[in-house]
Amino acid sequence: MTDSAADKKAKYQRVAYYPGCALEGTGHAYNTSTKAVGKKLGLELDEVENWNCCGAMEVKNVDPKVQTYLSSRVMAIAANQMHAATVMAPCNGCYHNLKKAEYDLANDAGSREVVERIARKAGDEPYRAGSLETIHALDWIKHGVGEDELRKRVTKSLAGLKVANYYGCMYTRPRHIFPEKDKGAGTESTSKPHFMDDLLAAAGAVNVDFPLKTACCGGAHTLSDSDISTKLVLNILQAAEAAGAEVIATECPTCHSGLEMHQMRAEKVLGKKTKVVMLYFTQLLGLALGIAPRALGVHENASLALERMREKALA
Amino acid sequence: MRTIEALELELDVAPPAEAHRDAARRLLGLAEEVLEAWVDARGETSTAEEREGFRLLALHHQGARGAASFNACRETCREIAYHYNLLTLDAAGDAGQQLKMMGLLVRHLALFVGGKMQVEGLGEFCCASKPLRAESATMAEGMTPD
Repeated sequence: MTDSAADKKAKYQRVAYYPGCALEGTGHAYNTSTKAVGKKLGLELDEVENWNCCGAMEVKNVDPKVQTYLSSRVMAIAANQMHAATVMAPCNGCYHNLKKAEYDLANDAGSREVVERIARKAGDEPYRAGSLETIHALDWIKHGVGEDELRKRVTKSLAGLKVANYYGCMYTRPRHIFPEKDKGAGTESTSKPHFMDDLLAAAGAVNVDFPLKTACCGGAHTLSDSDISTKLVLNILQAAEAAGAEVIATECPTCHSGLEMHQMRAEKVLGKKTKVVMLYFTQLLGLALGIAPRALGVHENASLALERMREKALA
Repeated sequence: MRTIEALELELDVAPPAEAHRDAARRLLGLAEEVLEAWVDARGETSTAEEREGFRLLALHHQGARGAASFNACRETCREIAYHYNLLTLDAAGDAGQQLKMMGLLVRHLALFVGGKMQVEGLGEFCCASKPLRAESATMAEGMTPD
Protein backbone atom coordinates (compact mmCIF):
# COMPACT_ATOMS: atom_id res chain seq x y z
CA MET A 1 0.00 0.00 0.00
CA THR A 2 1.38 3.43 -0.87
CA ASP A 3 1.50 6.24 1.67
CA SER A 4 -0.86 9.18 1.31
CA ALA A 5 0.65 12.66 0.91
CA ALA A 6 -0.04 13.37 4.58
CA ASP A 7 1.57 10.09 5.67
CA LYS A 8 4.63 10.85 3.60
CA LYS A 9 4.88 14.35 4.96
CA ALA A 10 4.80 13.05 8.51
CA LYS A 11 7.19 10.21 7.74
CA TYR A 12 9.80 12.44 6.12
CA GLN A 13 10.04 14.94 8.98
CA ARG A 14 12.78 12.81 10.46
CA VAL A 15 14.72 10.34 8.33
CA ALA A 16 17.93 8.36 8.49
CA TYR A 17 20.61 10.12 6.46
CA TYR A 18 23.11 8.31 4.28
CA PRO A 19 25.47 10.94 2.86
CA GLY A 20 27.79 8.46 1.12
CA CYS A 21 31.49 8.90 0.38
CA ALA A 22 31.21 11.66 -2.23
CA LEU A 23 29.51 14.03 0.18
CA GLU A 24 32.56 13.84 2.43
CA GLY A 25 34.81 14.73 -0.51
CA THR A 26 34.02 16.44 -3.80
CA GLY A 27 30.36 16.81 -2.83
CA HIS A 28 31.08 18.48 0.53
CA ALA A 29 29.00 21.51 -0.41
CA TYR A 30 26.04 19.26 -1.22
CA ASN A 31 26.28 17.76 2.27
CA THR A 32 26.52 21.20 3.88
CA SER A 33 23.65 22.66 1.88
CA THR A 34 21.39 19.61 2.32
CA LYS A 35 21.78 19.82 6.11
CA ALA A 36 21.35 23.61 6.14
CA VAL A 37 18.18 23.52 4.04
CA GLY A 38 16.73 20.65 6.06
CA LYS A 39 17.36 22.54 9.30
CA LYS A 40 15.80 25.71 7.92
CA LEU A 41 12.72 23.79 6.82
CA GLY A 42 12.40 21.93 10.11
CA LEU A 43 13.30 18.53 8.68
CA GLU A 44 15.54 16.32 10.77
CA LEU A 45 18.34 13.99 9.75
CA ASP A 46 19.86 11.16 11.77
CA GLU A 47 23.08 10.12 10.09
CA VAL A 48 23.37 6.37 9.66
CA GLU A 49 25.87 5.17 12.25
CA ASN A 50 29.05 3.56 10.99
CA TRP A 51 27.90 3.66 7.39
CA ASN A 52 30.00 2.21 4.60
CA CYS A 53 30.45 2.74 0.87
CA CYS A 54 27.40 1.65 -1.15
CA GLY A 55 29.69 -0.30 -3.45
CA ALA A 56 29.50 2.42 -6.09
CA MET A 57 30.62 1.08 -9.44
CA GLU A 58 33.88 -0.47 -8.41
CA VAL A 59 32.56 -3.30 -6.26
CA LYS A 60 29.61 -3.90 -8.59
CA ASN A 61 32.01 -4.62 -11.43
CA VAL A 62 33.93 -7.16 -9.42
CA ASP A 63 31.01 -8.86 -7.68
CA PRO A 64 27.54 -7.37 -7.92
CA LYS A 65 26.22 -9.43 -5.00
CA VAL A 66 28.91 -8.08 -2.68
CA GLN A 67 27.83 -4.61 -3.79
CA THR A 68 24.26 -5.58 -2.88
CA TYR A 69 25.52 -6.57 0.56
CA LEU A 70 27.37 -3.27 1.05
CA SER A 71 24.26 -1.26 0.18
CA SER A 72 22.05 -3.53 2.24
CA ARG A 73 24.34 -3.13 5.26
CA VAL A 74 23.60 0.60 5.29
CA MET A 75 19.88 -0.20 5.10
CA ALA A 76 20.21 -2.84 7.81
CA ILE A 77 21.77 -0.33 10.22
CA ALA A 78 19.04 2.20 9.47
CA ALA A 79 16.22 -0.32 9.80
CA ASN A 80 17.46 -2.74 12.44
CA GLN A 81 19.57 -0.56 14.71
CA MET A 82 18.13 2.92 14.24
CA HIS A 83 14.57 1.65 13.69
CA ALA A 84 14.13 4.19 10.91
CA ALA A 85 11.30 3.87 8.40
CA THR A 86 13.07 5.91 5.73
CA VAL A 87 16.64 6.47 4.64
CA MET A 88 17.52 9.48 2.51
CA ALA A 89 20.48 9.37 0.12
CA PRO A 90 21.23 12.64 -1.73
CA CYS A 91 23.79 11.06 -4.09
CA ASN A 92 22.32 9.47 -7.21
CA GLY A 93 24.87 6.65 -7.07
CA CYS A 94 24.03 5.75 -3.46
CA TYR A 95 20.31 6.22 -4.05
CA HIS A 96 20.45 3.99 -7.13
CA ASN A 97 22.48 1.30 -5.38
CA LEU A 98 20.24 1.17 -2.32
CA LYS A 99 17.16 0.93 -4.53
CA LYS A 100 18.82 -1.78 -6.58
CA ALA A 101 19.75 -3.72 -3.44
CA GLU A 102 16.12 -3.46 -2.27
CA TYR A 103 14.94 -4.80 -5.61
CA ASP A 104 17.49 -7.62 -5.74
CA LEU A 105 16.76 -8.74 -2.18
CA ALA A 106 13.04 -8.77 -2.89
CA ASN A 107 13.36 -10.65 -6.17
CA ASP A 108 16.55 -12.68 -6.25
CA ALA A 109 17.12 -15.61 -3.93
CA GLY A 110 20.81 -15.67 -4.87
CA SER A 111 21.29 -12.12 -3.63
CA ARG A 112 19.47 -12.88 -0.39
CA GLU A 113 21.62 -15.93 0.18
CA VAL A 114 24.89 -14.02 -0.36
CA VAL A 115 23.79 -11.08 1.80
CA GLU A 116 22.77 -13.40 4.62
CA ARG A 117 26.04 -15.30 4.41
CA ILE A 118 28.20 -12.17 4.55
CA ALA A 119 26.08 -10.59 7.28
CA ARG A 120 26.37 -13.77 9.34
CA LYS A 121 30.15 -13.70 8.95
CA ALA A 122 30.21 -10.05 9.99
CA GLY A 123 27.94 -10.74 12.95
CA ASP A 124 25.25 -8.39 11.63
CA GLU A 125 21.55 -8.88 11.23
CA PRO A 126 20.89 -8.92 7.46
CA TYR A 127 18.58 -6.44 5.82
CA ARG A 128 15.13 -7.80 4.97
CA ALA A 129 13.51 -6.37 1.84
CA GLY A 130 10.58 -4.11 2.61
CA SER A 131 11.87 -2.97 6.03
CA LEU A 132 12.85 0.50 4.88
CA GLU A 133 12.03 3.05 2.24
CA THR A 134 14.93 4.63 0.36
CA ILE A 135 14.36 8.15 -0.89
CA HIS A 136 16.36 10.86 -2.61
CA ALA A 137 16.88 14.38 -1.23
CA LEU A 138 14.39 15.55 -3.86
CA ASP A 139 11.67 13.24 -2.46
CA TRP A 140 12.52 14.38 1.05
CA ILE A 141 11.89 18.07 0.37
CA LYS A 142 9.14 17.58 -2.22
CA HIS A 143 7.04 15.35 0.05
CA GLY A 144 8.32 16.42 3.47
CA VAL A 145 7.71 20.11 2.80
CA GLY A 146 6.08 20.58 -0.59
CA GLU A 147 5.95 23.51 -2.95
CA ASP A 148 3.22 25.46 -1.15
CA GLU A 149 5.06 25.51 2.17
CA LEU A 150 8.37 26.17 0.44
CA ARG A 151 6.89 29.14 -1.42
CA LYS A 152 5.81 30.64 1.91
CA ARG A 153 9.31 30.22 3.36
CA VAL A 154 11.14 31.93 0.50
CA THR A 155 12.68 35.23 1.59
CA LYS A 156 14.92 35.89 -1.41
CA SER A 157 13.15 34.69 -4.52
CA LEU A 158 15.19 33.21 -7.35
CA ALA A 159 12.91 35.27 -9.59
CA GLY A 160 14.22 35.53 -13.10
CA LEU A 161 17.06 33.07 -12.61
CA LYS A 162 17.03 30.78 -15.62
CA VAL A 163 17.81 27.23 -14.58
CA ALA A 164 18.37 24.00 -16.50
CA ASN A 165 17.70 21.06 -14.21
CA TYR A 166 20.11 18.19 -14.74
CA TYR A 167 19.11 14.90 -13.09
CA GLY A 168 21.73 12.65 -14.65
CA CYS A 169 21.03 9.10 -15.64
CA MET A 170 20.99 7.21 -12.33
CA TYR A 171 18.07 8.97 -10.71
CA THR A 172 15.56 7.22 -12.95
CA ARG A 173 17.27 4.17 -14.43
CA PRO A 174 16.64 1.31 -14.62
CA ARG A 175 12.94 1.92 -14.19
CA HIS A 176 12.16 -1.39 -12.50
CA ILE A 177 14.05 -0.47 -9.33
CA PHE A 178 11.87 2.62 -8.85
CA PRO A 179 8.37 1.13 -8.56
CA GLU A 180 7.04 4.28 -6.85
CA LYS A 181 7.77 6.47 -9.88
CA ASP A 182 5.46 6.90 -12.91
CA LYS A 183 2.37 6.47 -10.77
CA GLY A 184 0.61 9.63 -11.94
CA ALA A 185 0.04 12.93 -10.20
CA GLY A 186 2.42 13.70 -7.37
CA THR A 187 4.92 11.01 -8.36
CA GLU A 188 8.20 11.37 -10.18
CA SER A 189 8.51 10.59 -13.89
CA THR A 190 11.32 8.39 -15.14
CA SER A 191 11.24 9.81 -18.66
CA LYS A 192 10.84 13.48 -17.74
CA PRO A 193 11.73 13.92 -14.07
CA HIS A 194 10.36 17.14 -12.58
CA PHE A 195 10.77 17.19 -8.78
CA MET A 196 13.78 19.54 -8.95
CA ASP A 197 11.94 21.71 -11.47
CA ASP A 198 8.93 21.86 -9.12
CA LEU A 199 10.97 22.84 -6.06
CA LEU A 200 13.05 25.48 -7.82
CA ALA A 201 9.96 26.95 -9.50
CA ALA A 202 8.43 27.28 -6.03
CA ALA A 203 11.57 29.20 -5.05
CA GLY A 204 10.99 31.55 -7.99
CA ALA A 205 13.37 30.15 -10.62
CA VAL A 206 12.48 30.01 -14.29
CA ASN A 207 13.05 26.47 -15.48
CA VAL A 208 14.14 26.34 -19.09
CA ASP A 209 13.10 23.51 -21.39
CA PHE A 210 16.15 21.27 -21.20
CA PRO A 211 15.89 18.03 -23.18
CA LEU A 212 19.19 16.60 -21.93
CA LYS A 213 18.10 16.52 -18.28
CA THR A 214 18.66 12.76 -17.99
CA ALA A 215 21.39 12.38 -20.61
CA CYS A 216 24.62 10.54 -19.94
CA CYS A 217 27.56 12.74 -18.89
CA GLY A 218 30.14 9.99 -19.15
CA GLY A 219 29.15 8.31 -15.89
CA ALA A 220 31.99 6.61 -14.16
CA HIS A 221 34.46 8.05 -16.64
CA THR A 222 33.51 11.58 -15.78
CA LEU A 223 36.07 11.91 -13.03
CA SER A 224 38.86 10.49 -15.13
CA ASP A 225 40.73 12.36 -17.79
CA SER A 226 38.45 11.22 -20.54
CA ASP A 227 37.84 12.95 -23.85
CA ILE A 228 34.50 11.15 -24.15
CA SER A 229 33.28 12.64 -20.89
CA THR A 230 34.56 16.08 -21.80
CA LYS A 231 32.69 16.03 -25.11
CA LEU A 232 29.49 14.69 -23.53
CA VAL A 233 29.62 17.29 -20.75
CA LEU A 234 30.42 20.10 -23.19
CA ASN A 235 27.36 19.13 -25.22
CA ILE A 236 25.20 19.21 -22.08
CA LEU A 237 26.57 22.66 -21.15
CA GLN A 238 26.04 23.98 -24.67
CA ALA A 239 22.49 22.61 -24.74
CA ALA A 240 21.75 24.28 -21.39
CA GLU A 241 23.09 27.59 -22.74
CA ALA A 242 21.14 27.16 -25.97
CA ALA A 243 18.04 26.68 -23.83
CA GLY A 244 18.80 30.03 -22.18
CA ALA A 245 20.05 28.75 -18.82
CA GLU A 246 22.37 30.76 -16.59
CA VAL A 247 22.63 27.95 -14.06
CA ILE A 248 22.55 24.17 -14.19
CA ALA A 249 20.96 22.78 -11.04
CA THR A 250 22.30 19.41 -9.96
CA GLU A 251 21.21 16.78 -7.47
CA CYS A 252 24.16 14.39 -7.56
CA PRO A 253 27.79 14.97 -6.49
CA THR A 254 29.20 12.89 -9.34
CA CYS A 255 27.20 14.73 -11.99
CA HIS A 256 28.05 18.06 -10.39
CA SER A 257 31.80 17.39 -10.20
CA GLY A 258 31.79 16.00 -13.72
CA LEU A 259 30.08 19.05 -15.15
CA GLU A 260 32.41 21.44 -13.34
CA MET A 261 35.63 19.57 -14.07
CA HIS A 262 34.89 18.92 -17.72
CA GLN A 263 33.72 22.50 -18.22
CA MET A 264 37.26 23.56 -17.31
CA ARG A 265 38.79 20.77 -19.36
CA ALA A 266 36.68 21.61 -22.41
CA GLU A 267 38.05 25.14 -22.31
CA LYS A 268 41.62 23.98 -21.80
CA VAL A 269 41.72 21.02 -24.19
CA LEU A 270 39.06 21.82 -26.78
CA GLY A 271 39.17 25.62 -26.55
CA LYS A 272 35.39 25.68 -25.94
CA LYS A 273 34.30 28.09 -23.23
CA THR A 274 30.87 27.96 -21.64
CA LYS A 275 29.56 30.40 -19.09
CA VAL A 276 26.75 28.47 -17.42
CA VAL A 277 27.51 27.71 -13.74
CA MET A 278 26.62 24.69 -11.63
CA LEU A 279 24.87 24.78 -8.26
CA TYR A 280 23.33 22.00 -6.23
CA PHE A 281 19.57 22.40 -6.01
CA THR A 282 19.99 22.55 -2.22
CA GLN A 283 22.30 25.56 -2.61
CA LEU A 284 19.71 27.33 -4.75
CA LEU A 285 16.91 26.51 -2.32
CA GLY A 286 19.10 27.63 0.57
CA LEU A 287 19.78 31.00 -1.08
CA ALA A 288 16.04 31.44 -1.64
CA LEU A 289 15.43 30.64 2.01
CA GLY A 290 17.86 33.36 3.05
CA ILE A 291 20.75 31.14 4.12
CA ALA A 292 24.20 32.71 3.70
CA PRO A 293 26.11 31.44 0.63
CA ARG A 294 29.05 30.34 2.79
CA ALA A 295 26.76 28.20 4.95
CA LEU A 296 25.70 26.48 1.72
CA GLY A 297 29.25 25.97 0.49
CA VAL A 298 28.68 28.05 -2.65
CA HIS A 299 32.27 29.30 -2.39
CA GLU A 300 33.44 25.69 -2.77
CA ASN A 301 31.93 25.29 -6.23
CA ALA A 302 34.55 25.06 -8.95
CA SER A 303 32.48 26.95 -11.49
CA LEU A 304 31.92 30.67 -10.97
CA ALA A 305 28.70 30.05 -9.06
CA LEU A 306 29.31 32.56 -6.26
CA GLU A 307 30.12 35.35 -8.73
CA ARG A 308 27.01 34.55 -10.77
CA MET A 309 24.82 34.57 -7.67
CA ARG A 310 26.32 37.92 -6.64
CA GLU A 311 25.58 39.32 -10.08
CA LYS A 312 21.99 38.22 -9.62
CA ALA A 313 21.90 39.75 -6.11
CA LEU A 314 21.26 36.31 -4.65
CA ALA A 315 24.49 36.19 -2.65
CA MET B 1 27.53 2.95 -43.86
CA ARG B 2 29.31 5.98 -42.41
CA THR B 3 31.34 5.78 -39.22
CA ILE B 4 30.36 7.62 -36.04
CA GLU B 5 33.38 9.88 -36.58
CA ALA B 6 32.11 10.83 -40.05
CA LEU B 7 28.67 11.53 -38.62
CA GLU B 8 30.17 13.67 -35.84
CA LEU B 9 32.12 15.62 -38.45
CA GLU B 10 28.93 16.31 -40.37
CA LEU B 11 27.35 17.61 -37.18
CA ASP B 12 30.37 19.86 -36.60
CA VAL B 13 30.13 21.70 -39.91
CA ALA B 14 27.66 24.49 -40.47
CA PRO B 15 24.39 23.02 -41.71
CA PRO B 16 23.34 23.73 -45.27
CA ALA B 17 20.72 26.40 -45.86
CA GLU B 18 17.53 24.41 -45.84
CA ALA B 19 13.97 24.58 -44.63
CA HIS B 20 13.41 23.58 -41.00
CA ARG B 21 11.45 20.51 -42.06
CA ASP B 22 14.26 19.35 -44.35
CA ALA B 23 16.81 19.99 -41.66
CA ALA B 24 14.76 17.96 -39.17
CA ARG B 25 14.58 15.07 -41.66
CA ARG B 26 18.35 15.26 -42.23
CA LEU B 27 19.05 15.24 -38.49
CA LEU B 28 16.67 12.33 -37.89
CA GLY B 29 18.45 10.43 -40.67
CA LEU B 30 21.82 11.14 -39.00
CA ALA B 31 20.50 9.86 -35.67
CA GLU B 32 19.30 6.67 -37.36
CA GLU B 33 22.73 6.24 -38.94
CA VAL B 34 24.34 6.53 -35.50
CA LEU B 35 22.19 3.70 -34.17
CA GLU B 36 22.72 1.64 -37.34
CA ALA B 37 26.47 1.85 -36.66
CA TRP B 38 25.89 0.53 -33.11
CA VAL B 39 23.65 -2.32 -34.28
CA ASP B 40 26.10 -3.19 -37.06
CA ALA B 41 29.00 -3.25 -34.59
CA ARG B 42 27.04 -5.86 -32.62
CA GLY B 43 26.86 -8.05 -35.74
CA GLU B 44 23.17 -7.53 -36.34
CA THR B 45 21.16 -6.22 -39.28
CA SER B 46 19.49 -2.90 -38.57
CA THR B 47 15.75 -3.12 -38.32
CA ALA B 48 13.55 -1.39 -40.88
CA GLU B 49 10.60 -1.44 -38.50
CA GLU B 50 9.19 1.52 -36.64
CA ARG B 51 8.04 2.05 -33.05
CA GLU B 52 5.61 4.82 -32.30
CA GLY B 53 6.07 5.97 -35.89
CA PHE B 54 9.86 6.23 -35.69
CA ARG B 55 12.52 3.88 -37.03
CA LEU B 56 14.90 5.64 -34.62
CA LEU B 57 12.97 4.27 -31.63
CA ALA B 58 12.88 0.78 -33.15
CA LEU B 59 16.64 0.96 -33.70
CA HIS B 60 17.15 2.04 -30.10
CA HIS B 61 14.99 -0.84 -28.91
CA GLN B 62 17.05 -3.22 -31.02
CA GLY B 63 20.34 -1.72 -29.82
CA ALA B 64 19.38 -1.95 -26.15
CA ARG B 65 18.48 -5.64 -26.33
CA GLY B 66 20.93 -7.36 -23.99
CA ALA B 67 22.70 -4.07 -23.23
CA ALA B 68 20.84 -2.43 -20.35
CA SER B 69 23.22 0.51 -20.19
CA PHE B 70 22.27 1.46 -23.74
CA ASN B 71 19.05 2.76 -22.22
CA ALA B 72 21.11 5.73 -21.05
CA CYS B 73 20.37 7.18 -24.52
CA ARG B 74 16.69 6.21 -24.57
CA GLU B 75 15.37 9.63 -23.58
CA THR B 76 17.80 11.31 -25.99
CA CYS B 77 16.23 9.29 -28.83
CA ARG B 78 12.73 10.15 -27.63
CA GLU B 79 13.64 13.85 -27.44
CA ILE B 80 15.00 13.70 -31.00
CA ALA B 81 11.66 12.22 -32.13
CA TYR B 82 9.79 14.90 -30.15
CA HIS B 83 11.81 17.72 -31.74
CA TYR B 84 11.31 16.16 -35.16
CA ASN B 85 7.56 16.30 -34.55
CA LEU B 86 7.75 19.91 -33.39
CA LEU B 87 9.60 20.90 -36.54
CA THR B 88 7.63 18.91 -39.07
CA LEU B 89 4.17 19.49 -37.63
CA ASP B 90 4.69 23.25 -37.45
CA ALA B 91 4.18 23.32 -33.69
CA ALA B 92 4.24 26.62 -31.87
CA GLY B 93 7.58 27.96 -30.76
CA ASP B 94 10.85 29.14 -32.18
CA ALA B 95 11.69 26.69 -34.97
CA GLY B 96 15.28 27.92 -35.14
CA GLN B 97 15.74 27.16 -31.45
CA GLN B 98 14.06 23.77 -31.81
CA LEU B 99 16.36 22.92 -34.70
CA LYS B 100 19.45 23.97 -32.76
CA MET B 101 18.36 21.78 -29.85
CA MET B 102 17.64 18.85 -32.15
CA GLY B 103 21.17 19.18 -33.52
CA LEU B 104 22.61 19.10 -29.99
CA LEU B 105 20.50 16.04 -29.19
CA VAL B 106 21.75 14.19 -32.26
CA ARG B 107 25.29 15.19 -31.36
CA HIS B 108 24.77 13.80 -27.85
CA LEU B 109 23.55 10.53 -29.29
CA ALA B 110 26.58 10.34 -31.59
CA LEU B 111 28.95 11.12 -28.71
CA PHE B 112 27.33 8.59 -26.40
CA VAL B 113 27.21 5.78 -28.97
CA GLY B 114 30.69 6.62 -30.27
CA GLY B 115 31.96 6.63 -26.69
CA LYS B 116 30.21 3.37 -25.94
CA MET B 117 31.88 1.74 -28.91
CA GLN B 118 35.25 2.77 -27.44
CA VAL B 119 34.50 2.24 -23.74
CA GLU B 120 32.01 -0.53 -23.18
CA GLY B 121 31.22 0.65 -19.68
CA LEU B 122 29.92 4.08 -20.70
CA GLY B 123 26.51 4.49 -19.17
CA GLU B 124 27.08 1.38 -17.08
CA PHE B 125 27.35 3.19 -13.74
CA CYS B 126 23.81 4.32 -14.20
CA CYS B 127 21.95 1.40 -15.61
CA ALA B 128 23.82 -1.82 -15.14
CA SER B 129 22.15 -4.67 -13.43
CA LYS B 130 24.94 -6.99 -14.41
CA PRO B 131 28.72 -6.83 -14.37
CA LEU B 132 30.65 -5.00 -17.03
CA ARG B 133 32.37 -7.98 -18.48
CA ALA B 134 31.42 -11.61 -18.82
CA GLU B 135 34.71 -12.57 -17.16
CA SER B 136 33.75 -10.50 -14.16
CA ALA B 137 30.57 -12.49 -13.81
CA THR B 138 32.52 -15.72 -13.77
CA MET B 139 35.03 -14.26 -11.34
CA ALA B 140 32.21 -13.00 -9.14
CA GLU B 141 30.94 -16.52 -8.56
CA GLY B 142 34.32 -17.46 -7.16
CA MET B 143 34.59 -14.35 -5.06
CA THR B 144 31.37 -14.54 -3.11
CA PRO B 145 32.34 -15.60 0.41
CA ASP B 146 31.52 -19.01 1.78
